[in-house]
Amino acid sequence: MTQITLALSKGRIFEETLPLLAAAGITPSESPESSRKLIIGTNRPDVRLIIVRASDVPTYVQHGAADLGIAGKDVLMEHGGDGLYQPVDLNIAKCRMMVATPVGFDYEGAVRRGARLRVATKYVQTARLHFAAKGVHVDLIKLYGSMELAPLVGLADVIVDLVSTGGTLKANNLVAVEEICQISSRLVVNQAALKLKHDEIQPIIDAFRQASAL
Amino acid sequence: MKNAWLLPEYVEDILPPYALALEGLRRRLLDLFASYGYDLVQPPLIEYLDSLLTGVAQDLDLKTFKVLDSLSGKLLGVRADITPQAARIDAHLLNRQGVTRLCYAGSVLHTRPSALLNSREPFQVGAELFGHAGIEADRESLQLLTAALKAAGLTDARISLGHVGLFRTLAQAAGIGGELAAELFAALQHKDAPQIAALTANLDANLAAAFRRLPELYGGAEMLAAARRELPALPGVSAALDDLAALLPAADGIALTLDLADLRGYGYHNGVVYAAYVGGQAGAIAQGGRYDGAGAIFGRSRPATGFSLDLRQIVDSLPEPGRRPAILAPCAEDAGLQAAIAELRAAGERVVVELPGQAPHRAEAGCDRQLVQQAGAWRVVPL
Repeated sequence: MTQITLALSKGRIFEETLPLLAAAGITPSESPESSRKLIIGTNRPDVRLIIVRASDVPTYVQHGAADLGIAGKDVLMEHGGDGLYQPVDLNIAKCRMMVATPVGFDYEGAVRRGARLRVATKYVQTARLHFAAKGVHVDLIKLYGSMELAPLVGLADVIVDLVSTGGTLKANNLVAVEEICQISSRLVVNQAALKLKHDEIQPIIDAFRQASAL
Repeated sequence: MKNAWLLPEYVEDILPPYALALEGLRRRLLDLFASYGYDLVQPPLIEYLDSLLTGVAQDLDLKTFKVLDSLSGKLLGVRADITPQAARIDAHLLNRQGVTRLCYAGSVLHTRPSALLNSREPFQVGAELFGHAGIEADRESLQLLTAALKAAGLTDARISLGHVGLFRTLAQAAGIGGELAAELFAALQHKDAPQIAALTANLDANLAAAFRRLPELYGGAEMLAAARRELPALPGVSAALDDLAALLPAADGIALTLDLADLRGYGYHNGVVYAAYVGGQAGAIAQGGRYDGAGAIFGRSRPATGFSLDLRQIVDSLPEPGRRPAILAPCAEDAGLQAAIAELRAAGERVVVELPGQAPHRAEAGCDRQLVQQAGAWRVVPL
Protein backbone atom coordinates (compact mmCIF):
# COMPACT_ATOMS: atom_id res chain seq x y z
CA MET A 1 0.00 0.00 0.00
CA THR A 2 1.37 3.39 -0.94
CA GLN A 3 1.04 5.86 1.91
CA ILE A 4 -0.08 9.36 0.96
CA THR A 5 0.58 12.20 3.43
CA LEU A 6 -1.14 15.56 3.20
CA ALA A 7 0.14 18.54 5.20
CA LEU A 8 -2.18 21.33 6.27
CA SER A 9 -2.60 23.87 9.00
CA LYS A 10 -5.25 24.20 11.69
CA GLY A 11 -8.01 26.75 11.69
CA ARG A 12 -9.48 28.40 8.62
CA ILE A 13 -7.53 26.38 6.05
CA PHE A 14 -8.46 23.08 7.72
CA GLU A 15 -12.15 24.01 7.96
CA GLU A 16 -12.34 25.14 4.35
CA THR A 17 -10.42 22.07 3.14
CA LEU A 18 -12.91 19.60 4.64
CA PRO A 19 -15.38 19.81 1.70
CA LEU A 20 -12.49 19.31 -0.76
CA LEU A 21 -11.28 16.28 1.17
CA ALA A 22 -14.83 14.93 1.15
CA ALA A 23 -14.89 15.32 -2.64
CA ALA A 24 -11.77 13.16 -2.80
CA GLY A 25 -13.46 10.59 -0.54
CA ILE A 26 -11.32 11.47 2.48
CA THR A 27 -12.79 12.07 5.95
CA PRO A 28 -10.43 12.90 8.84
CA SER A 29 -10.92 10.57 11.78
CA GLU A 30 -10.77 13.48 14.24
CA SER A 31 -10.54 17.25 14.30
CA PRO A 32 -7.19 18.93 15.00
CA GLU A 33 -9.04 21.55 17.06
CA SER A 34 -10.12 18.97 19.64
CA SER A 35 -7.21 16.56 19.29
CA ARG A 36 -3.61 17.23 20.21
CA LYS A 37 -2.37 14.65 17.72
CA LEU A 38 -0.21 15.98 14.92
CA ILE A 39 -0.78 12.97 12.67
CA ILE A 40 -4.43 12.38 11.95
CA GLY A 41 -5.75 9.27 10.27
CA THR A 42 -8.60 9.26 7.77
CA ASN A 43 -11.27 6.84 6.62
CA ARG A 44 -8.77 5.75 3.94
CA PRO A 45 -5.97 3.64 5.44
CA ASP A 46 -3.56 4.89 2.75
CA VAL A 47 -4.16 8.59 3.46
CA ARG A 48 -3.07 10.50 6.56
CA LEU A 49 -3.00 14.18 7.44
CA ILE A 50 -0.25 15.99 9.28
CA ILE A 51 -0.98 19.24 11.07
CA VAL A 52 1.81 21.82 10.73
CA ARG A 53 2.16 25.58 10.96
CA ALA A 54 0.93 27.25 7.77
CA SER A 55 4.34 28.67 6.90
CA ASP A 56 5.94 25.23 7.30
CA VAL A 57 3.71 23.48 4.76
CA PRO A 58 6.00 24.18 1.73
CA THR A 59 9.02 22.91 3.68
CA TYR A 60 7.35 19.61 4.56
CA VAL A 61 6.19 19.08 0.99
CA GLN A 62 9.43 20.20 -0.65
CA HIS A 63 11.36 17.77 1.51
CA GLY A 64 8.97 14.93 0.75
CA ALA A 65 7.89 14.59 4.40
CA ALA A 66 4.42 15.16 2.96
CA ASP A 67 3.38 14.30 -0.59
CA LEU A 68 0.73 17.00 -0.79
CA GLY A 69 0.01 20.13 1.15
CA ILE A 70 -2.32 23.08 1.32
CA ALA A 71 -0.64 26.45 1.62
CA GLY A 72 -1.68 30.04 1.13
CA LYS A 73 -0.25 31.94 -1.83
CA ASP A 74 1.26 34.33 0.75
CA VAL A 75 3.30 31.50 2.25
CA LEU A 76 4.33 30.21 -1.18
CA MET A 77 5.50 33.64 -2.31
CA GLU A 78 7.70 33.90 0.77
CA HIS A 79 9.01 30.37 0.30
CA GLY A 80 9.66 30.82 -3.41
CA GLY A 81 7.95 27.59 -4.43
CA ASP A 82 11.17 25.91 -5.59
CA GLY A 83 10.81 22.19 -6.06
CA LEU A 84 7.03 22.25 -5.68
CA TYR A 85 4.18 21.74 -8.09
CA GLN A 86 1.24 24.08 -7.51
CA PRO A 87 -1.41 22.61 -9.78
CA VAL A 88 -4.65 23.88 -8.23
CA ASP A 89 -5.96 27.18 -6.88
CA LEU A 90 -8.36 25.90 -4.25
CA ASN A 91 -10.17 29.25 -3.97
CA ILE A 92 -10.33 28.94 -0.19
CA ALA A 93 -9.05 31.14 2.64
CA LYS A 94 -9.22 34.12 0.31
CA CYS A 95 -7.87 37.53 1.27
CA ARG A 96 -5.59 40.23 -0.13
CA MET A 97 -1.95 41.17 0.43
CA MET A 98 -2.03 44.94 1.02
CA VAL A 99 0.15 47.90 1.86
CA ALA A 100 -1.44 49.80 4.77
CA THR A 101 -0.53 53.13 6.33
CA PRO A 102 -1.80 55.28 9.20
CA VAL A 103 -4.84 57.33 8.18
CA GLY A 104 -3.62 60.60 6.69
CA PHE A 105 -0.16 59.32 5.70
CA ASP A 106 0.83 60.61 2.23
CA TYR A 107 1.77 57.24 0.70
CA GLU A 108 1.73 58.41 -2.92
CA GLY A 109 3.88 61.38 -2.03
CA ALA A 110 6.35 59.35 0.04
CA VAL A 111 6.77 56.90 -2.80
CA ARG A 112 7.16 59.62 -5.42
CA ARG A 113 9.79 61.55 -3.47
CA GLY A 114 12.08 58.53 -3.62
CA ALA A 115 12.64 58.62 0.11
CA ARG A 116 13.39 55.38 1.92
CA LEU A 117 10.25 53.83 3.30
CA ARG A 118 10.35 51.80 6.49
CA VAL A 119 8.19 48.72 5.98
CA ALA A 120 7.19 46.35 8.77
CA THR A 121 5.97 42.95 7.64
CA LYS A 122 5.91 39.22 8.16
CA TYR A 123 6.22 38.85 4.37
CA VAL A 124 9.73 40.18 3.77
CA GLN A 125 10.29 38.56 0.39
CA THR A 126 6.92 39.65 -0.99
CA ALA A 127 7.43 43.21 0.25
CA ARG A 128 10.96 43.36 -1.17
CA LEU A 129 9.80 42.25 -4.62
CA HIS A 130 6.78 44.55 -4.61
CA PHE A 131 8.71 47.70 -3.74
CA ALA A 132 11.63 46.76 -6.02
CA ALA A 133 9.16 46.49 -8.91
CA LYS A 134 7.88 49.98 -8.06
CA GLY A 135 11.43 51.31 -7.80
CA VAL A 136 11.02 52.36 -4.18
CA HIS A 137 13.84 52.11 -1.63
CA VAL A 138 12.71 50.32 1.50
CA ASP A 139 14.10 49.29 4.85
CA LEU A 140 12.40 46.05 5.80
CA ILE A 141 11.59 45.20 9.39
CA LYS A 142 10.65 41.56 9.93
CA LEU A 143 7.91 41.10 12.52
CA TYR A 144 6.12 37.93 13.55
CA GLY A 145 2.73 39.42 14.44
CA SER A 146 0.70 42.52 15.36
CA MET A 147 2.10 44.40 12.37
CA GLU A 148 -0.60 47.06 12.82
CA LEU A 149 1.22 48.33 15.86
CA ALA A 150 4.45 49.23 14.03
CA PRO A 151 3.33 52.49 12.32
CA LEU A 152 1.43 53.60 15.42
CA VAL A 153 4.53 53.59 17.61
CA GLY A 154 6.93 54.91 14.99
CA LEU A 155 8.67 51.62 14.21
CA ALA A 156 7.69 51.78 10.53
CA ASP A 157 5.99 54.06 8.00
CA VAL A 158 3.85 51.39 6.39
CA ILE A 159 3.04 47.71 6.80
CA VAL A 160 2.54 44.88 4.33
CA ASP A 161 0.01 42.38 5.59
CA LEU A 162 -2.92 40.16 4.73
CA VAL A 163 -6.28 41.89 4.84
CA SER A 164 -9.53 39.97 4.76
CA THR A 165 -12.23 42.21 6.30
CA GLY A 166 -10.10 45.22 7.16
CA GLY A 167 -11.48 45.22 10.71
CA THR A 168 -8.10 45.17 12.43
CA LEU A 169 -6.80 47.99 10.25
CA LYS A 170 -9.84 50.12 11.03
CA ALA A 171 -9.63 49.46 14.75
CA ASN A 172 -6.03 50.70 14.72
CA ASN A 173 -6.67 53.75 12.60
CA LEU A 174 -4.87 52.35 9.55
CA VAL A 175 -6.01 52.30 5.95
CA ALA A 176 -5.11 49.95 3.08
CA VAL A 177 -3.60 52.02 0.28
CA GLU A 178 -2.38 49.49 -2.25
CA GLU A 179 -3.17 45.92 -3.20
CA ILE A 180 -0.14 43.73 -3.89
CA CYS A 181 -2.05 40.64 -4.94
CA GLN A 182 -5.05 38.41 -4.29
CA ILE A 183 -4.36 35.52 -1.97
CA SER A 184 -5.99 32.12 -1.83
CA SER A 185 -4.81 28.66 -0.85
CA ARG A 186 -3.08 26.34 -3.28
CA LEU A 187 -2.65 22.61 -3.46
CA VAL A 188 1.10 21.93 -3.54
CA VAL A 189 2.64 18.63 -4.55
CA ASN A 190 6.10 17.20 -4.04
CA GLN A 191 7.73 16.76 -7.47
CA ALA A 192 9.21 13.33 -6.87
CA ALA A 193 5.98 12.12 -5.25
CA LEU A 194 3.93 13.11 -8.30
CA LYS A 195 6.30 11.04 -10.46
CA LEU A 196 6.62 8.06 -8.15
CA LYS A 197 3.07 7.87 -6.73
CA HIS A 198 1.21 9.26 -9.71
CA ASP A 199 -1.63 6.71 -9.72
CA GLU A 200 -2.49 7.51 -6.11
CA ILE A 201 -1.96 11.28 -6.14
CA GLN A 202 -3.49 12.29 -9.48
CA PRO A 203 -7.10 11.29 -8.47
CA ILE A 204 -6.78 13.48 -5.36
CA ILE A 205 -5.55 16.42 -7.46
CA ASP A 206 -8.41 15.91 -9.93
CA ALA A 207 -11.01 15.75 -7.14
CA PHE A 208 -9.65 18.93 -5.54
CA ARG A 209 -9.63 20.68 -8.90
CA GLN A 210 -13.25 19.80 -9.64
CA ALA A 211 -14.45 20.63 -6.16
CA SER A 212 -12.69 24.00 -6.08
CA ALA A 213 -13.67 25.21 -9.56
CA LEU A 214 -15.80 28.31 -9.28
CA MET B 1 39.33 26.60 18.60
CA LYS B 2 36.22 25.18 20.14
CA ASN B 3 34.30 22.74 17.94
CA ALA B 4 37.09 22.78 15.36
CA TRP B 5 35.68 19.55 13.99
CA LEU B 6 32.46 21.21 12.79
CA LEU B 7 31.96 21.44 9.03
CA PRO B 8 30.18 24.24 7.16
CA GLU B 9 26.47 23.80 6.60
CA TYR B 10 25.45 21.31 3.91
CA VAL B 11 29.01 20.00 3.70
CA GLU B 12 29.81 16.52 4.92
CA ASP B 13 32.44 13.82 5.13
CA ILE B 14 31.69 10.57 3.41
CA LEU B 15 32.49 7.93 6.00
CA PRO B 16 32.96 4.17 5.84
CA PRO B 17 31.28 2.17 4.49
CA TYR B 18 29.62 4.80 2.26
CA ALA B 19 32.86 6.20 0.83
CA LEU B 20 33.84 2.81 -0.56
CA ALA B 21 30.31 2.29 -1.90
CA LEU B 22 30.52 5.65 -3.69
CA GLU B 23 33.97 4.83 -5.07
CA GLY B 24 32.78 1.41 -6.26
CA LEU B 25 29.84 3.05 -7.98
CA ARG B 26 32.10 5.65 -9.59
CA ARG B 27 34.29 2.88 -11.01
CA ARG B 28 31.33 0.81 -12.26
CA LEU B 29 29.79 3.81 -14.00
CA LEU B 30 33.05 4.92 -15.64
CA ASP B 31 33.65 1.33 -16.82
CA LEU B 32 30.11 1.30 -18.21
CA PHE B 33 30.64 4.61 -20.01
CA ALA B 34 34.00 3.37 -21.36
CA SER B 35 32.25 0.29 -22.77
CA TYR B 36 30.03 2.63 -24.81
CA GLY B 37 33.11 4.44 -26.15
CA TYR B 38 33.05 7.50 -23.86
CA ASP B 39 36.50 9.02 -23.18
CA LEU B 40 37.23 10.16 -19.64
CA VAL B 41 38.21 13.82 -19.12
CA GLN B 42 39.25 15.50 -15.90
CA PRO B 43 38.60 19.23 -16.14
CA PRO B 44 40.03 21.53 -13.44
CA LEU B 45 38.22 22.45 -10.24
CA ILE B 46 38.61 26.18 -10.98
CA GLU B 47 38.41 28.18 -14.17
CA TYR B 48 38.13 31.81 -15.18
CA LEU B 49 34.61 32.81 -14.38
CA ASP B 50 34.19 34.12 -17.95
CA SER B 51 34.61 30.69 -19.47
CA LEU B 52 32.73 28.87 -16.70
CA LEU B 53 29.60 30.99 -16.95
CA THR B 54 29.42 32.20 -20.53
CA GLY B 55 26.60 31.31 -22.84
CA VAL B 56 24.83 28.24 -21.71
CA ALA B 57 25.50 28.17 -18.05
CA GLN B 58 24.19 31.51 -16.79
CA ASP B 59 21.72 29.67 -14.55
CA LEU B 60 24.79 28.60 -12.62
CA ASP B 61 25.95 32.12 -11.74
CA LEU B 62 24.40 32.27 -8.27
CA LYS B 63 25.43 28.70 -7.56
CA THR B 64 29.11 29.31 -8.29
CA PHE B 65 31.70 30.13 -5.62
CA LYS B 66 34.00 32.90 -6.82
CA VAL B 67 37.56 33.69 -5.82
CA LEU B 68 39.98 36.34 -6.98
CA ASP B 69 43.04 34.90 -8.76
CA SER B 70 46.07 36.80 -7.44
CA LEU B 71 48.15 35.54 -10.39
CA SER B 72 46.00 37.11 -13.08
CA GLY B 73 43.80 39.54 -11.20
CA LYS B 74 40.76 37.86 -12.74
CA LEU B 75 37.83 36.21 -11.08
CA LEU B 76 37.89 32.46 -10.86
CA GLY B 77 34.87 30.25 -10.35
CA VAL B 78 34.79 26.89 -8.62
CA ARG B 79 32.87 24.66 -11.01
CA ALA B 80 29.22 24.13 -10.09
CA ASP B 81 28.65 21.78 -13.02
CA ILE B 82 31.12 19.82 -15.15
CA THR B 83 28.92 19.79 -18.29
CA PRO B 84 30.02 23.24 -19.56
CA GLN B 85 33.64 22.20 -19.05
CA ALA B 86 33.06 19.11 -21.19
CA ALA B 87 31.44 21.34 -23.84
CA ARG B 88 34.50 23.62 -23.74
CA ILE B 89 36.84 20.65 -24.18
CA ASP B 90 34.82 19.31 -27.10
CA ALA B 91 34.52 22.67 -28.81
CA HIS B 92 38.04 23.91 -28.50
CA LEU B 93 40.56 21.30 -27.42
CA LEU B 94 39.64 18.07 -29.14
CA ASN B 95 38.31 19.66 -32.32
CA ARG B 96 37.06 16.36 -33.69
CA GLN B 97 34.89 16.66 -36.77
CA GLY B 98 32.74 13.64 -35.98
CA VAL B 99 30.95 12.59 -32.82
CA THR B 100 32.81 13.08 -29.54
CA ARG B 101 31.79 11.08 -26.47
CA LEU B 102 33.12 12.37 -23.15
CA CYS B 103 32.55 11.25 -19.57
CA TYR B 104 33.70 12.66 -16.26
CA ALA B 105 33.49 12.15 -12.50
CA GLY B 106 34.28 14.67 -9.82
CA SER B 107 33.08 16.96 -7.08
CA VAL B 108 31.35 20.23 -7.88
CA LEU B 109 30.58 22.99 -5.41
CA HIS B 110 27.32 24.90 -4.94
CA THR B 111 26.95 28.12 -2.94
CA ARG B 112 23.51 26.93 -1.87
CA PRO B 113 22.12 23.40 -1.85
CA SER B 114 20.20 22.69 -5.05
CA ALA B 115 17.43 21.01 -3.08
CA LEU B 116 16.57 20.97 0.58
CA LEU B 117 19.21 19.03 2.54
CA ASN B 118 21.28 18.25 -0.53
CA SER B 119 25.02 18.48 -0.11
CA ARG B 120 26.65 21.65 -1.40
CA GLU B 121 29.33 19.40 -2.80
CA PRO B 122 27.60 16.93 -5.12
CA PHE B 123 29.71 14.21 -6.69
CA GLN B 124 28.85 14.52 -10.35
CA VAL B 125 29.30 11.66 -12.80
CA GLY B 126 28.12 12.14 -16.35
CA ALA B 127 28.38 11.29 -20.02
CA GLU B 128 27.99 13.77 -22.88
CA LEU B 129 27.68 13.17 -26.61
CA PHE B 130 28.68 15.99 -28.97
CA GLY B 131 28.28 16.32 -32.72
CA HIS B 132 25.01 14.60 -33.57
CA ALA B 133 21.73 16.50 -33.74
CA GLY B 134 19.49 13.49 -34.44
CA ILE B 135 17.30 11.63 -31.98
CA GLU B 136 19.73 8.67 -32.17
CA ALA B 137 22.12 10.56 -29.89
CA ASP B 138 19.37 11.24 -27.34
CA ARG B 139 18.38 7.59 -27.51
CA GLU B 140 21.96 6.52 -26.78
CA SER B 141 22.12 8.93 -23.82
CA LEU B 142 18.84 7.70 -22.40
CA GLN B 143 19.90 4.08 -22.86
CA LEU B 144 23.16 4.81 -21.10
CA LEU B 145 21.36 6.53 -18.21
CA THR B 146 19.10 3.48 -17.93
CA ALA B 147 22.12 1.19 -17.85
CA ALA B 148 23.75 3.47 -15.25
CA LEU B 149 20.68 3.37 -12.99
CA LYS B 150 20.66 -0.43 -13.24
CA ALA B 151 24.40 -0.59 -12.53
CA ALA B 152 23.75 1.49 -9.42
CA GLY B 153 21.05 -0.93 -8.31
CA LEU B 154 18.26 1.64 -8.74
CA THR B 155 15.90 -0.59 -10.70
CA ASP B 156 12.89 1.01 -8.98
CA ALA B 157 13.82 4.45 -10.31
CA ARG B 158 11.40 6.33 -12.55
CA ILE B 159 12.49 8.47 -15.47
CA SER B 160 10.41 11.49 -16.40
CA LEU B 161 10.80 12.62 -20.00
CA GLY B 162 9.80 15.96 -21.52
CA HIS B 163 10.68 18.17 -24.48
CA VAL B 164 11.59 21.86 -24.33
CA GLY B 165 10.87 22.10 -28.08
CA LEU B 166 7.13 22.04 -27.32
CA PHE B 167 7.37 25.17 -25.20
CA ARG B 168 9.70 26.91 -27.62
CA THR B 169 7.47 26.18 -30.63
CA LEU B 170 4.31 27.34 -28.85
CA ALA B 171 6.03 30.47 -27.48
CA GLN B 172 7.34 31.36 -30.93
CA ALA B 173 3.93 30.83 -32.52
CA ALA B 174 2.39 33.04 -29.84
CA GLY B 175 5.06 35.66 -30.48
CA ILE B 176 6.14 35.87 -26.85
CA GLY B 177 9.66 36.19 -25.60
CA GLY B 178 11.71 37.90 -22.93
CA GLU B 179 10.30 38.18 -19.47
CA LEU B 180 6.83 36.83 -20.27
CA ALA B 181 8.27 33.68 -21.85
CA ALA B 182 10.55 33.15 -18.85
CA GLU B 183 7.64 33.59 -16.43
CA LEU B 184 5.48 31.20 -18.40
CA PHE B 185 8.33 28.68 -18.49
CA ALA B 186 8.63 28.88 -14.70
CA ALA B 187 4.85 28.56 -14.25
CA LEU B 188 4.83 25.43 -16.41
CA GLN B 189 7.75 24.00 -14.44
CA HIS B 190 5.68 24.41 -11.27
CA LYS B 191 2.50 23.16 -12.99
CA ASP B 192 1.07 26.38 -11.60
CA ALA B 193 -2.27 26.28 -13.41
CA PRO B 194 -3.64 29.62 -12.11
CA GLN B 195 -0.45 31.43 -13.09
CA ILE B 196 -0.38 29.80 -16.55
CA ALA B 197 -3.99 30.90 -17.08
CA ALA B 198 -3.15 34.45 -16.01
CA LEU B 199 -0.06 34.72 -18.22
CA THR B 200 -1.77 33.32 -21.32
CA ALA B 201 -4.95 35.38 -20.94
CA ASN B 202 -4.08 37.67 -23.87
CA LEU B 203 -2.74 35.03 -26.24
CA ASP B 204 -4.41 33.47 -29.25
CA ALA B 205 -7.10 31.14 -27.82
CA ASN B 206 -5.69 27.96 -29.41
CA LEU B 207 -2.18 28.58 -28.14
CA ALA B 208 -3.40 29.63 -24.70
CA ALA B 209 -5.39 26.39 -24.49
CA ALA B 210 -2.28 24.45 -25.52
CA PHE B 211 -0.16 26.06 -22.77
CA ARG B 212 -2.86 25.32 -20.20
CA ARG B 213 -3.15 21.72 -21.37
CA LEU B 214 0.60 20.94 -21.17
CA PRO B 215 0.75 20.23 -17.40
CA GLU B 216 -2.04 17.68 -17.72
CA LEU B 217 -0.35 15.77 -20.53
CA TYR B 218 1.28 13.10 -18.45
CA GLY B 219 1.60 9.37 -19.03
CA GLY B 220 2.81 6.86 -21.61
CA ALA B 221 2.30 6.23 -25.32
CA GLU B 222 -1.49 6.69 -25.03
CA MET B 223 -0.97 10.25 -23.80
CA LEU B 224 1.06 11.05 -26.93
CA ALA B 225 -1.98 10.23 -29.07
CA ALA B 226 -4.04 12.68 -27.01
CA ALA B 227 -1.30 15.31 -27.33
CA ARG B 228 -1.31 14.95 -31.12
CA ARG B 229 -5.07 15.51 -31.18
CA GLU B 230 -5.17 18.40 -28.73
CA LEU B 231 -2.03 20.45 -29.37
CA PRO B 232 -1.85 22.78 -32.41
CA ALA B 233 -0.58 21.03 -35.54
CA LEU B 234 2.68 23.01 -35.78
CA PRO B 235 5.77 21.37 -37.33
CA GLY B 236 7.78 21.92 -34.13
CA VAL B 237 5.09 20.30 -32.02
CA SER B 238 4.79 17.16 -34.12
CA ALA B 239 8.60 16.89 -34.38
CA ALA B 240 8.87 17.04 -30.57
CA LEU B 241 6.14 14.43 -30.15
CA ASP B 242 7.88 12.21 -32.72
CA ASP B 243 11.11 12.54 -30.70
CA LEU B 244 9.34 11.48 -27.53
CA ALA B 245 7.65 8.53 -29.24
CA ALA B 246 11.03 7.39 -30.55
CA LEU B 247 12.54 7.54 -27.05
CA LEU B 248 9.80 5.60 -25.26
CA PRO B 249 11.48 2.18 -25.73
CA ALA B 250 14.96 3.49 -24.77
CA ALA B 251 14.52 3.12 -21.00
CA ASP B 252 14.37 -0.66 -21.12
CA GLY B 253 13.71 -2.04 -17.65
CA ILE B 254 13.26 1.32 -15.91
CA ALA B 255 9.80 2.88 -15.58
CA LEU B 256 9.42 5.92 -17.82
CA THR B 257 6.66 8.51 -17.95
CA LEU B 258 6.20 11.42 -20.29
CA ASP B 259 5.49 14.78 -18.74
CA LEU B 260 5.02 17.46 -21.38
CA ALA B 261 5.31 20.26 -18.81
CA ASP B 262 8.58 18.86 -17.41
CA LEU B 263 10.85 21.69 -18.46
CA ARG B 264 14.31 22.57 -17.25
CA GLY B 265 17.13 24.90 -18.19
CA TYR B 266 15.38 27.85 -19.86
CA GLY B 267 17.81 29.29 -22.40
CA TYR B 268 19.98 26.19 -22.10
CA HIS B 269 18.11 23.04 -23.06
CA ASN B 270 16.51 22.96 -26.50
CA GLY B 271 15.29 19.39 -27.04
CA VAL B 272 14.37 16.41 -24.91
CA VAL B 273 14.94 16.73 -21.18
CA TYR B 274 14.72 13.99 -18.61
CA ALA B 275 15.25 13.36 -14.94
CA ALA B 276 15.31 10.25 -12.75
CA TYR B 277 13.62 9.98 -9.36
CA VAL B 278 13.82 7.37 -6.61
CA GLY B 279 11.78 6.95 -3.44
CA GLY B 280 13.23 8.74 -0.41
CA GLN B 281 14.93 11.52 -2.41
CA ALA B 282 12.98 14.76 -2.73
CA GLY B 283 14.81 15.91 -5.86
CA ALA B 284 15.94 14.26 -9.08
CA ILE B 285 19.03 12.04 -8.74
CA ALA B 286 19.93 12.32 -12.41
CA GLN B 287 19.22 14.96 -15.03
CA GLY B 288 19.89 15.12 -18.71
CA GLY B 289 18.81 16.39 -22.08
CA ARG B 290 19.82 18.16 -25.25
CA TYR B 291 21.67 21.48 -25.13
CA ASP B 292 22.81 22.27 -28.68
CA GLY B 293 25.12 25.19 -29.24
CA ALA B 294 26.81 24.97 -25.87
CA GLY B 295 30.26 25.21 -27.43
CA ALA B 296 29.47 28.32 -29.53
CA ILE B 297 31.11 30.67 -27.06
CA PHE B 298 34.32 28.63 -27.26
CA GLY B 299 34.45 28.97 -31.04
CA ARG B 300 32.45 26.00 -32.27
CA SER B 301 28.74 25.41 -31.99
CA ARG B 302 28.02 21.71 -31.75
CA PRO B 303 24.91 19.64 -31.13
CA ALA B 304 25.12 18.19 -27.61
CA THR B 305 23.17 15.83 -25.42
CA GLY B 306 23.95 13.96 -22.22
CA PHE B 307 23.21 13.47 -18.54
CA SER B 308 24.80 13.48 -15.12
CA LEU B 309 24.07 11.83 -11.79
CA ASP B 310 24.82 12.85 -8.21
CA LEU B 311 26.54 9.89 -6.58
CA ARG B 312 26.08 11.27 -3.06
CA GLN B 313 22.31 11.22 -3.43
CA ILE B 314 22.42 7.79 -5.06
CA VAL B 315 24.54 6.25 -2.30
CA ASP B 316 22.16 7.87 0.18
CA SER B 317 19.16 6.17 -1.40
CA LEU B 318 20.71 2.71 -1.58
CA PRO B 319 20.51 0.24 1.34
CA GLU B 320 23.36 0.69 3.82
CA PRO B 321 26.41 -0.96 2.29
CA GLY B 322 27.96 -3.75 4.32
CA ARG B 323 31.60 -3.66 5.35
CA ARG B 324 33.32 -6.62 3.74
CA PRO B 325 34.47 -8.93 6.56
CA ALA B 326 38.22 -9.23 6.88
CA ILE B 327 40.66 -11.88 8.10
CA LEU B 328 42.69 -11.10 11.20
CA ALA B 329 46.37 -12.04 10.97
CA PRO B 330 48.94 -12.01 13.78
CA CYS B 331 51.87 -9.62 13.57
CA ALA B 332 54.96 -11.79 13.14
CA GLU B 333 58.04 -12.11 10.92
CA ASP B 334 57.18 -15.71 10.05
CA ALA B 335 57.85 -16.33 6.31
CA GLY B 336 55.04 -18.85 6.08
CA LEU B 337 52.62 -16.33 7.58
CA GLN B 338 53.72 -13.58 5.17
CA ALA B 339 53.25 -15.95 2.23
CA ALA B 340 49.80 -16.96 3.47
CA ILE B 341 48.78 -13.29 3.87
CA ALA B 342 50.06 -12.40 0.39
CA GLU B 343 48.18 -15.32 -1.11
CA LEU B 344 44.90 -14.35 0.58
CA ARG B 345 45.25 -10.70 -0.49
CA ALA B 346 46.01 -11.74 -4.06
CA ALA B 347 42.82 -13.80 -3.99
CA GLY B 348 40.87 -10.64 -3.12
CA GLU B 349 40.55 -11.05 0.65
CA ARG B 350 40.92 -8.22 3.15
CA VAL B 351 43.65 -9.22 5.59
CA VAL B 352 44.20 -7.02 8.64
CA VAL B 353 47.38 -7.46 10.63
CA GLU B 354 46.73 -7.09 14.35
CA LEU B 355 49.44 -4.76 15.63
CA PRO B 356 50.80 -5.32 19.14
CA GLY B 357 48.44 -4.27 21.92
CA GLN B 358 45.37 -4.03 19.67
CA ALA B 359 43.69 -7.22 20.84
CA PRO B 360 41.17 -5.39 23.10
CA HIS B 361 39.95 -3.35 20.10
CA ARG B 362 39.70 -6.37 17.83
CA ALA B 363 36.00 -5.85 17.13
CA GLU B 364 36.69 -2.48 15.46
CA ALA B 365 38.76 -4.17 12.73
CA GLY B 366 35.65 -5.83 11.29
CA CYS B 367 37.10 -9.35 11.04
CA ASP B 368 35.05 -12.53 11.03
CA ARG B 369 37.93 -15.01 10.50
CA GLN B 370 41.54 -15.30 11.60
CA LEU B 371 44.78 -16.85 10.41
CA VAL B 372 46.14 -19.38 12.85
CA GLN B 373 49.00 -21.85 12.70
CA GLN B 374 47.76 -25.43 12.90
CA ALA B 375 50.16 -28.36 12.62
CA GLY B 376 52.79 -26.12 10.98
CA ALA B 377 50.46 -24.62 8.31
CA TRP B 378 48.62 -21.28 8.34
CA ARG B 379 44.87 -21.76 8.08
CA VAL B 380 41.86 -19.49 8.07
CA VAL B 381 39.43 -20.37 10.85
CA PRO B 382 36.31 -18.56 12.12
CA LEU B 383 37.10 -15.86 14.68
